[in-house]
Amino acid sequence: MPSETLISLRDLTFAYPGGPPVLKGLNLDFRAGETLGLSGANGAGKSTLLFLIMGLAKPQGGTVEIFGRPRRTERDFQEVRPSLGFVFQDANDQLFCPTVADDLAFGPLNLGLEHEEIHRRVAEALDMLGLAGFERRVTYDLSGGEKKLVAIGAALTLHPRLLILDEPTAALDPGTVSRLEDILAASGLPALIVSHDQDFLARVATRRLTMADGFLF
Amino acid sequence: MTCDLNPGRSVLHRLDPRLKLLAVTAWSLLAALSRTGPAALFALAGALAFAGLGRLAPGPTAKRLSAVNFFLVFIWLFLPFSVPGEPGPALGGLSATKPGLELALLLTVKVNAAALGALAFFGTSSVTQLAAAARRLGAPEKLTAVFLLTLRYFHVLSLEYARLRQALKVRAFRPGLNLHTLRTYANLVGILLVRGVDRAERVHAAMLCRGYTGRFWFHDHFRFTGLDWLGAVLLAILLSGGAALNAF
Repeated sequence: MPSETLISLRDLTFAYPGGPPVLKGLNLDFRAGETLGLSGANGAGKSTLLFLIMGLAKPQGGTVEIFGRPRRTERDFQEVRPSLGFVFQDANDQLFCPTVADDLAFGPLNLGLEHEEIHRRVAEALDMLGLAGFERRVTYDLSGGEKKLVAIGAALTLHPRLLILDEPTAALDPGTVSRLEDILAASGLPALIVSHDQDFLARVATRRLTMADGFLF
Repeated sequence: MTCDLNPGRSVLHRLDPRLKLLAVTAWSLLAALSRTGPAALFALAGALAFAGLGRLAPGPTAKRLSAVNFFLVFIWLFLPFSVPGEPGPALGGLSATKPGLELALLLTVKVNAAALGALAFFGTSSVTQLAAAARRLGAPEKLTAVFLLTLRYFHVLSLEYARLRQALKVRAFRPGLNLHTLRTYANLVGILLVRGVDRAERVHAAMLCRGYTGRFWFHDHFRFTGLDWLGAVLLAILLSGGAALNAF
């Protein structure tokens, strides 16, 4: 049995207002069980592509299908975002609560979960990240690597069906990169990873694509 | 380091933050409305007792209080000389009046009583707890959200500012009294604003990705325990005592 298609993009076109086209009819199928590495030159539209998948930008043409259903409206995307586990390039954009525990609990609180379940998920995520005891730490005091790990934890507490990572290894030391690889493996989740780090992609990706001229190769 | 002014596990730390918010309001009012020396001293003694109960660290607390007292310096500079009344000690050519000195002293006691009371109750709660408590007591959702976000992003923006300053320095910028300096500072402020707006957009996008739909939920669920009832009763007794002193 072929594995389930989680994300399917058809003929996507997109341009920023007053700018040249970024995507010119892009197609992509992302399946359960795979770790897909995306690379491409600066400005090739990789982050734009991720924003279109998350519904943070709207395509001018084409369809975005997630979990087998076309997604168009804000409401459609609100339904799927918690399952998509998006991690931003700059962890400072993602961690906005005073303490680590507050930040890890933000997603589950939005899902309306019980307090015990939230505590359980926060503890589970800290344990998985190897950051037990960091609950009361202040997010702005963390090192760059710790911030990145907590940002991934913030996606994991949503119990997503996949992870979408934008430049996860940018500005990380080799030690933190290998911790990141362990966490990805331990999560067992399919992942869509945008990265310039070819060595990293070679280690974690099961399939690799390059983005250029508004298409994927 | 934590975000809390005075982390710990004292009796005050264990009180319901909602009660503490009410206590700060009540004690500040008591201090502000004191008209007599004994009433103001009572408010200050109470605040000192709260600080002791909360085991406030003396050093940092004194530092915070001195920031408040800085403003009182101006009162001491003008009030003793401008309030009419029986002349008191003379300083240089100027002579202070007794009512003026008494008023300045009363104000000093009142301000310190209110500030120390606030430090004792606020300092023993985490900021998240305080925001959540304010929300439960009916503070607008947007205001509490803005309070928390400001706390977090003030640091990010000040770091960004520091980085920009360094970038100026490495390119041999030396501030002086000239148009170039003014223009450079204007650009600095401009780019900080632009980056702030950009960051706000990205933060909002990141919040949407985690299921944010416009409601700000809080983690804390408070319980009003026996200790809180005891605290509330004690506070009520102290408040009525202070009010009685004020009446005579």
